[in-house]
Amino acid sequence: MNRYPLWKYLLVAISLIVAVIYSLPNVFGESPAVQISTSKSHLKIDTELLERVETGLKQEEIAYDAIFLDASGIKVRFANPDNQIRAKDALNQLLGNDYIIALNLLSQSPAWLNSIGALPMYLGLDLRGGVHFLLEVDMDSALTQAAERYVGDFRSAFRKDKINYMGISREGQTVQIRFNQAEDVKKAERIISRDYADLTVKETSSGNEIILSASLSAVAQKRIQDFALKQNIQTLHNRINELGVAEPIIQQQGANRVVVQLPGVQDTAKAKEILGRTATLEIRMVDEEKSDAVTLDNASKGQVPFGDEFFVDRNGQPLLVKKSVVLTGDYITDAGPGLDQQSGESVVHVTLDGRGAGIFKQVTRENVGKRMAILLIEKGEAEVITAPVIREEIGGGRVQISGMSNIKEATDVALLLRAGALAAPMEIIEERTVGPSMGEENIKRGMHSVLWGFAAIAVFMIAYYMLFGTISVLALAINLLLLVAVLSMLQATLTLPGLAAVALTLGMAIDANVLINERIREELRNGNTPQASIQAGYSRAWDTILDSNVTTLIAGIALFMFGSGPVKGFAVVHVLGILTSMFSAVVVSRAVVNLIYGYRRKVGKLSIG
Amino acid sequence: MEFFRIKKDIPFMSYGRLTTAISLITFILAIYFLAVRGLNLGVDFTGGTMMEVSYPQAANIEQIRTAVQSVGLSDVTVQNFGTSRDVLIRLPVKEGLSTAQLSDEVMAALYKADSSVVMSRVEFVGPQVGQELYENGALALLLVSIGIMLYLYFRFEWQFALAAMIANSHDVVIILGFFAFFQWEFNLTVLAAVLAVLGYSVNESVVVFDRIRENFRKMRKAAPKDIIDNAITRTMSRTIITHFSTQLMVLSMLIFGGEVLHNFSLALTIGILFGIYSSVLVASPIVLFLGVSRETFVPPEKKQTEEEALP
Repeated sequence: MNRYPLWKYLLVAISLIVAVIYSLPNVFGESPAVQISTSKSHLKIDTELLERVETGLKQEEIAYDAIFLDASGIKVRFANPDNQIRAKDALNQLLGNDYIIALNLLSQSPAWLNSIGALPMYLGLDLRGGVHFLLEVDMDSALTQAAERYVGDFRSAFRKDKINYMGISREGQTVQIRFNQAEDVKKAERIISRDYADLTVKETSSGNEIILSASLSAVAQKRIQDFALKQNIQTLHNRINELGVAEPIIQQQGANRVVVQLPGVQDTAKAKEILGRTATLEIRMVDEEKSDAVTLDNASKGQVPFGDEFFVDRNGQPLLVKKSVVLTGDYITDAGPGLDQQSGESVVHVTLDGRGAGIFKQVTRENVGKRMAILLIEKGEAEVITAPVIREEIGGGRVQISGMSNIKEATDVALLLRAGALAAPMEIIEERTVGPSMGEENIKRGMHSVLWGFAAIAVFMIAYYMLFGTISVLALAINLLLLVAVLSMLQATLTLPGLAAVALTLGMAIDANVLINERIREELRNGNTPQASIQAGYSRAWDTILDSNVTTLIAGIALFMFGSGPVKGFAVVHVLGILTSMFSAVVVSRAVVNLIYGYRRKVGKLSIG
Repeated sequence: MEFFRIKKDIPFMSYGRLTTAISLITFILAIYFLAVRGLNLGVDFTGGTMMEVSYPQAANIEQIRTAVQSVGLSDVTVQNFGTSRDVLIRLPVKEGLSTAQLSDEVMAALYKADSSVVMSRVEFVGPQVGQELYENGALALLLVSIGIMLYLYFRFEWQFALAAMIANSHDVVIILGFFAFFQWEFNLTVLAAVLAVLGYSVNESVVVFDRIRENFRKMRKAAPKDIIDNAITRTMSRTIITHFSTQLMVLSMLIFGGEVLHNFSLALTIGILFGIYSSVLVASPIVLFLGVSRETFVPPEKKQTEEEALP
């Protein structure tokens, strides 16, 4: 009666073999590596580059274990992190800005394991060190910016169609246009409804003024917000590429949030600065008509003329700059630091796209002799970097921005301009950073917890239940093996709470075997034969095991759904562990018991303590 | 080896009044401490910044405090944990000041005071996220409770579902009471432990309930009280062995798991100890009180009984 059909033994054997194979990469571990890739389409990652890297490393006398080319780029493996860091710096020097040189970890397992997709468990940031950010996009500000753009658009549209208006201003997220002629209102409304389908217009009057309030429709608001989020994610991608992170995770979360995970990043302050910066460039005209000393003095005391904004530039020079924007950072295709050939000052070279170049050419032609202010907008605060006088028409879309205090600033500004502007400001609302040494420490802590706990349970179970205790421990070990294999296959993120879940799940999984063993003892006490007791023990215990695991499973799934961060990591492992434990504790342990007792003609006594 | 060779059933149900009284007192005490002292919520729920730094030698707490205050923060806690070389710094949420950059400023100040400082861990949670995590945690607790009750209702009867839920809520409240009493920090990881305990503790009740159901079918002439006593006595050995094993694992985490897992394992320890007690001595009396009888499980027709008795 205690014999499995052949297919059941095969099932157990096959699942064990698969589990062993997929757990193996964890034994081989990972070694530090450097990964070379590029985001530039005209550059090729090929054997030629591979040779360059090889000779470069040899020149610097940096020893490496292996170098190879695959789909994601060139990878160089090192024996220790010191060589890895040295190599990264050396390669940065050698290859320059066009290539992304990132630190990485590579599996050390043999090629055949890699080829069947067997990878080590994917360690979370708290185990490998790194930063986790949750960023929130300021959607109000995205809508405000959109409204601000309409103000400018209306001005030029009304001027073109010769519609007389008293004034245009932005109130919150609506644009208000004041008229004193009913026919102008009619014309304006026609233009708005024809050219600006996103806007809904409302007409009110106060005194003899008629006010048109244009606001974004709900659909358009949604679209602008979606776009802002997408644009920000794209910008984050670009900026993180500049930082050189091997496996960054950048994901949308909810309607207005972005998760960024940067494994292995050491300089978190730098990462934070680069990610959080919302710098964008604006080019606006200086209001030359109101640049006399008296007006400027009044402006510094708060009496700013309508349509202007007051700034003090880097040299302490007060300026009144027009609110309307000539050009924004959106038109920039490339930016790089450099030195001015005449003055030797640090500058940023900016290249504009076709449309930007056109606008720039027209504006410079129309404003020769006037000053043009270049503003860097960061976190909603604008700063005038420089306000040079336009000497002549500038065509070709190449602009040089002076006024940088040093080459480092020029490099930073260039990076921000090149990586693109954020469509709306973003704020870090959650950060979890774990230092690299702490990561190793956490792995050790988790492993020790599991191993010592396991050892203690093993000693106790074997002493208490003898052979059946040994089988239980074997089942528990197989549970651990299966869990590691499943985690490796799914590449689910393993965190420290996840390791705690491994420990806890093992501690709880033993329950099934205790239930079975106790049942068998009880059946024996009731005077049943050993074979019948095994049979009854397993089948009676099964109902209970199922019920108790389902309730635990419910808790696990709820944790997974509502948990975030550490709780989620715990829940994933917990749920998987419950599933594997049901297989190992019932099916596998029964297979072993069957093999031991099932084929004996006569069983005198069960070794169950 | 066998620890529990009990010949006669222990009359647990006769102690019903006593055990209920004990539960009620601990429960009320827990509620009292929760109300008076409240939970010491971690940055996960309140928002704020928590930094863990370490030094190669024993840390100078006063110097660290001065350095942190030089950044312009007043309400900071600086304390050792684990060893004298590891320091935990907590910065509260401050209007207009608590940004993600704060930790960098503090780190820079610490570095200026003593360049041997190493950053081990930084957690910054904005107040809005803290609020959300708090709400999601409460929602998870509620959903787990409802889910388990529904399952037990389908698998057993409503009396069991209700009894298990009361017993396990009692465990959860007591864990929270302990955290309030000792002012241990309550964070997301501890919440995970509490929810795991909820699942684990129900597990306990289920084992006893399974026996009760089985006994109702087998022990035709016995009174419900004796049936429950028998079920508890028969499963007691298993209950204690299982909990002992789980506790071995949790103990191992308590010893080796470090700061992050410390409160997690504490919550589990309390949960496991009270889980034994509540599933045996709280859930079962409630089941009895809510009135179960043989008819609850064994319908009059004989045919169906046989079918259900199959494993």
